[in-house]
Order: sequence, then C-alpha cells, then structure tokens
Amino acid sequence: MTDSNARRLRFEIFRYNPEDPASKPHIDTFEIDERPYMTLYMALSEIRETQDPGLQFDFACRSAICGSCGMMVNGRPALGCRTLTADLPEEIHLHPLPAFKLIGDLSVDTGTWFRAMAERTESWIHEQLPFDPDATEERMSDDIAAAIYEGDRCIECGCCVASCGVANLNPEFLAAAGLNRVARFMMDPRDGRTDADWFEVVAGPEGVFACIGMMACADVCPKELPLLDVYAYLRRHTLGTKLVND
Amino acid sequence: MTSRLITTDVLVIGGGLAGERCAMKAAAADQEAMILSLVPPRRSHSCAAQGGMQASLGNCVKAEGDSPEVHFQDTVRGSDWGADQEVANIFAEEAPIAVRELAHFGVPWTRLRGGKNKYFIKGESVEIEEPLENDGLITHRDFGGTAKWRACYAAAGTGHAALYAVDSEVVRLGITVRDRVEAISLIHDGSRCYGVVARCLRTGRFFTVLSKATVIATGGYGRIYGSYTTNATINYGTGAALALATGVVPLGNMEAVQFHPTALSPSGILITEGCRGDGGYLLDKNLHRFMVDAEPEKQELASRDVVSRHMMQCIQDGNGVDSPNGRHLWLDIRHLGEKHLTTKLLEVFDICRDFAGINPVYDLIPVRPTQHYSMGGVRVNKDGEAYGLSGLYAVGEAACWDMHGFNRLGGNSLAETLVAGRVVGARVAEYAAGATLQASTGLAFAALKAEEQRAETLLKREGSSRSVYEIRDALGEIMIGKVGIFRNGADLSSAVTELKKLISECDKVVLRQKGPGANPELAFALRLPGMLRLALTVAMGALARTESRGAHFRRDYPLRNDKEWLSRTLARWPAGASEPTLSYERVGLLDLPPGHRGYGSDERIAMETSVDDYNEGVLASQAGEGRLDSVEAMGSQLRRYSGGAL
Repeated sequence: MTDSNARRLRFEIFRYNPEDPASKPHIDTFEIDERPYMTLYMALSEIRETQDPGLQFDFACRSAICGSCGMMVNGRPALGCRTLTADLPEEIHLHPLPAFKLIGDLSVDTGTWFRAMAERTESWIHEQLPFDPDATEERMSDDIAAAIYEGDRCIECGCCVASCGVANLNPEFLAAAGLNRVARFMMDPRDGRTDADWFEVVAGPEGVFACIGMMACADVCPKELPLLDVYAYLRRHTLGTKLVND
Repeated sequence: MTSRLITTDVLVIGGGLAGERCAMKAAAADQEAMILSLVPPRRSHSCAAQGGMQASLGNCVKAEGDSPEVHFQDTVRGSDWGADQEVANIFAEEAPIAVRELAHFGVPWTRLRGGKNKYFIKGESVEIEEPLENDGLITHRDFGGTAKWRACYAAAGTGHAALYAVDSEVVRLGITVRDRVEAISLIHDGSRCYGVVARCLRTGRFFTVLSKATVIATGGYGRIYGSYTTNATINYGTGAALALATGVVPLGNMEAVQFHPTALSPSGILITEGCRGDGGYLLDKNLHRFMVDAEPEKQELASRDVVSRHMMQCIQDGNGVDSPNGRHLWLDIRHLGEKHLTTKLLEVFDICRDFAGINPVYDLIPVRPTQHYSMGGVRVNKDGEAYGLSGLYAVGEAACWDMHGFNRLGGNSLAETLVAGRVVGARVAEYAAGATLQASTGLAFAALKAEEQRAETLLKREGSSRSVYEIRDALGEIMIGKVGIFRNGADLSSAVTELKKLISECDKVVLRQKGPGANPELAFALRLPGMLRLALTVAMGALARTESRGAHFRRDYPLRNDKEWLSRTLARWPAGASEPTLSYERVGLLDLPPGHRGYGSDERIAMETSVDDYNEGVLASQAGEGRLDSVEAMGSQLRRYSGGAL
C-alpha cells in the first residue's frame, strides 16, 4: 500500500495524562506515511500501535454515528473517524475538545456532560398516560415523526459545545446539543409538557437567549442538524408563551 | 479515588439496548441497578443498528396477514432450525409490545401514509394504495428472509433512535451508569456468581462490584475478525470471554458467525439491509443482478447467510469488481431516487459520502460480505440465566438465548435486545428480590488481587515480543482467512493450530507502555487473551461440526444434517486447560418440524427420529449440560405444548 508519492504527515498532538504526576501538558510530534482513504481514526491507531502505545483517544463505531471521537482538528471541532487526512495539510494539529473535562490526551468526558444535560432538561417523554401493552400504538403523522427524528439525529459528539463561545465561558449553558434536545421534546405530541413548563429552561440564563448568535455550532455539526431553525423555534415558542402570559 | 468494593442489587455489564432495558426492569421493581459500560451508553454499538426492528404489527398492505406466528416461523427458518423454538416464540409474541413501548418512550417510528405509496418490489416500481384508516400507524419495510414486511424503522437510524429513547428512561429512573469501565473477571465460587472485578478506563484502577444478580450484556465478538467486521472497535466479546473464563459456564454455538452481505468496501462499515428491502439491487462486474438467477423467489432478500454465500461465490467465479483493496460487488440504490435516499436511507447517504466519497443517488456502492453478528454467546435458559452459575444472566447479542440458531434475520437483533431486556430483566428482578447479597469479601478481594497481579505481571515483563496489536492483527487474518464464509476441515485445522500458537505467544507478550493511568495498551493486553480464546472456541466448534447449517458452511460437508447435527454446540474452558471442551445438547423443543427454509438449498439429511421422540429427550439433554430450571416449565410458552403437554 505504500506509494512513493505518498505524503509524509506530521501530527502535532496535545499530551497530558492527569493520572501521572510526572505528566505536564505538552505537544508531541509524530510522523507517518499517508495511505489512500486514511482517516484520523486510522492515523491515530497507527501512531498508537507503532509509535506511542500510551496515546489516549476515543473511537467506537468508526462510522460517524456514535459520537465518541470529537476532537479539535487544526483548531476546528470534528469527528476524527470521518476526517480524511487527504482533506488536511501535511501538518495536522490535534487537541482535545474544550469545554469538557479532560481524561487524557485527546480523550474528554462527554458522557458526564450529556448525562447532566439530560437530567437538567428532563429529556425524556413526560407521558400523559402509562404504557398499555395491549393497546395499538397512538397515531402520529409521518411528517411529525420525521421532524422529531431530525431532532433526534444528534449523536452527542460535543463538537457544537466545544465550538461555542458561550459554552466555553459558562459551563451551565445548554449549548446547541442541549437546546436541540429541548426542542425535540417540545415538538413531540407525546410529551405532556407545555411551552409554559419549558419557559424556565429555555428562557433562563442558560437557555436560548444566552446564545450570542455566532452559530459556530451549525458550522461544525457533523450531522448538519438545522440548528438555526432549532434556535428560531425555541425563541418563537418562548416569546409566544411570554406574550400569552402577559 | 474509586472505592475498591461497591455493591448493588443488579449489576449489568454493558450499556447497550439489551443491558439498559434489563436494568430498567430491575429499577422498576425497586432493585438498585448499576450499569458498567466501556463507553457512555449512547455510544454503545446498538446505535449502529440502521434499518429496522422486526415486529408483526401488520400495519401496511404488504404486511397484511402478519402475526407473531408467521414471525416465529420466519425466525425458525432463518435459524436453519438451530433456534430454541420456545424462545423464538416468546420473542415473536413480545416484539410488537416492545416496538409500541419504544413509541411510548419517544422513538419517532416512520409512520404509514394512507393513500397511494410508491415502492420498489423485486425490481419493479409498484404503486400501492395504503388504507386511510391505517394512516399514522407504525409502518414497515421489507427485510430478508421474511414472509411479510415487518421491519419497523426510523429512517436508517433505528438503533440510534431506540438507544436514545431507552437511555432517556435510564436517566429518568436514576440508574447509576459507570461509563469507561471494563469488567475484567466474574467473581464466583463455581456455582454462584457474586459480581465482577472491573477496571476503570479513566484511571486504570481495579475495583470490585458485588451484586445479587449479574447480567452480561456486552454484545458480540466481531472484533476477533480484526478489521473484517462491521462491528464497533469495542465489540471484543468481553462478556462471553468472562463467562468462558469461569470454567463452568458454556458458550453456545460460537461457530455461528454472521456475515452481512453489504458492508462498504473496504472500510467494512455497515450499509443496511433496508437498502435491499426498499428495492436495491446487487450487481456483479457486468452490472448483472446475479441474485435473481441464484434465488428466483426471494432474489436480494433471501437470508443473510444465503445472500453472503452467493456474493462470495460470484466473486470467486471471477465476477467481482477489481479494486486496489480486493474484489467487491455493487449495491445499486440509484433508482430509489434522491428523496428516498436523503430521508428513509439518510444514514446510508451520509456513510457513502463520508467514507467512500460517493453519492448513491448517482453512484454504485462498493460492497462486500463482512463479519457482522455473533449468534453464539453465553448459553442461558429461557429466563436468561446462564448454565452452571446461578445469579448470572446474559441478554442480547452476548447471549445464546437462542432465538437465532445458525442465522439471524435482519431486524431481529434490535427486536431481541428490547424483548429479551424486558423478559430477562423481569426474571433478574425477581431473582434479586428473592436473594441476599451474600458474597464473601475474601472471595472478592482474592479475585481483585488476581487481576491486579495479572496486570502487574504484564507491566513488569521485560524483553521483546510482537505487540498486542500485531497479535490482534494476526488473529483477524486467521479468522477471516480460515474461519470465514466458506469453511473446510483443512483450513479449520490449520486455524486451530495457529490460534493455539497465538495464545502461547500472547502469554509472553511484552508491553511497551508502563506508565500509570488508563494505559490503553495494558487495557488491550488484558482483553486479548479472552479474544483469542473465543476465537479458538469458534474455530474448534466449526471444525467439529461436520455439516452446513445457516451461517456455518462447510465446503466438505455442504448439507444440513438433521440426523446428526440438530444440536447446539456448547464450549467450556476448564481451569488450566489449553483448549475448550465441546459438548452438544438438543436445540430445544421442536414445534415447526425441520424442513426447507424457502430459500437456499433444499437438500439436506433428514432426521431419523420423530419430532416427539426428539422433544422427549430435550429436557434431559439440556439439564445434563447445566441448564438451570426456568421459573416456568420448559415448553410452557410454545404453541404446541402450552397447557403442559410435556
């Protein structure tokens, strides 16, 4: 597979192992030969397996659906598994996602962030009636199902959170992933919460109005979720509630 | 600092759909449940299930007349009669409830649109008038090996939607999830399981969890095939390896390994069966639909084992498409149109763009059969309780429950995770409610010490060797080369020999990373011996089974042999042994007698005993292999025997 014309890639990777008292944050450099269709998953695996077996990073599905491998690639949040080296210059800088607790090197704790977000926003269906195993399913129009599915497509990779100026300054901000989750439940007719119930969450200091409108989230979302529409939807519903209540 | 000893009522190893649904049942019954997971639960491999979940709701025209009975029959035929038919029946009856329950948890199932709908069926565009009175019900798409359209779906992200909905319920119930934790060994005394020794993948520290009931829900063992798998990088077969290491719990049918017909070539990323279900074609290098010749009745929608074999044969006959990464075939979904591909098959569209740089609206998709699913696993009774060790359960792909036999139908695994999670979860909760936490801390600390010692030995070993990753790669090459789709005695013998050598080599492996913390190399070194042992049970099971059944195909024994092999392989690894011992039990009570599947070869060696005689010996056969008594008698949930005829 080696090709004499193959590029020699130079990786500058952030290193820090909080479990090792001797470890200090620093950058390590690695070089490997580029191969056809090489992704950052392949490149990082090769570096770990042949050069530095201590290198920490996260991959699971390696097909851009599990959300494990968000990282800063030349300063921009992206999924490592679907980033082709061919789309990058020869020098590639990799850092862990900011806004999340660092586990080590490129590995960050997104799980804790998303669980806390789910608990704060109570992101589960607040159903009106208990499940009846003998009943036929409640009907739903396919258009509504498709709209909910669109909101459900978030893979919780954290790229939007990492890209967000507000989330990086205010850890309480729900960020695009959290607000998208809220909108997904707001539009679900199975959820009994009303716009008024949502008001505190959405209109509070950590809600949609804390967004300063840079919308980097929409630029970096690997699933290309319609985050502009989501924010508009939330603002509209929240203002509607406010006006009705006044 | 992690506590060295924690306790819970129900411990679930694995945070995918089966494990989470099981934990929910325990929590709902007021048992304290804890989930250990390699990754945050929403990153579990359940999220990769794309095309659908089988349940006989019968809501669209092409699903009319469907019922749990038809679903049961399809499942048994799909299994090539290797399944436990009572379990298949429990499954088929419960699947509609599980799908509707997911709707209740929030899954946005694709709904039926009443009125004119356009579908592609067997190469033709067909317009079907869906009844207006069914508008808004959960609709179905076609999948392989089924008599009716039965797969319920949310675009091509069904597993993702299901996992998120179920995990939302886990959060709601306040179930403790410890992510980035790997179970390393089971704590047991040879007759009862008391919990696990685990390792924190953040800090590298070992600790024990003691529990009244322990549930293995760790998914399949696809990664023993190296990178020749659709599975996530975390599908090491952890749970099966833990059970095998006890020496008392058998693994069932480990040689039953499914290859999915359409993995993207060369990356091995799954392209859903829903593509063919929605009307996609398989084409050879001449753009010929070879499946129409091979299977005139089902065409591209025969079962996965059958389609994968036809594809490999097509490639071996010289009709594959040459590429720098080896030969492949084409999947053609262009005729389904852009709207369909960017809605109902959106995830396929994304994968093609991101990983092959192609647009399936205009381009053919390079595909190749690739390891996909593990029918084998921890052998359990119909309650999900492991043979030989009370208090230990297994559920989902990690288990051999065994509704799939030698071939699983597409869409049946997603359904199994939820159905088995409900059924087994209820039994686990009952067991835990009636049990006390009775582990001796001495036993627990001895097990903890043993694992810490194992890690220390690895870290202290000096010298040079191939790396753990080189051994892993060698393992993958042996498995794909000699224990793949087409098998034969000579290759399998050679695989057994080579695997034994690899096991010896792994015993002396030297690590290069000695530092503190998570140490990913040490983590891999701790799991690699288990993977190698699983691989040897697969290869030895395949070598011993001198017939062809479902996904297990022997060139030298091409016929299904119901006379001698209507049996389930059980593999145990006695303490200190250098290889597993194999034994066999009857597959379970037969309701649907062995016959033709409706696709694939109709030639077989018929059983000589009567079905009644076979059935009479099932209980003794399974009890002799360590099956623990189920709460209800064997056969209570089989159509033919319900009412206690046995």
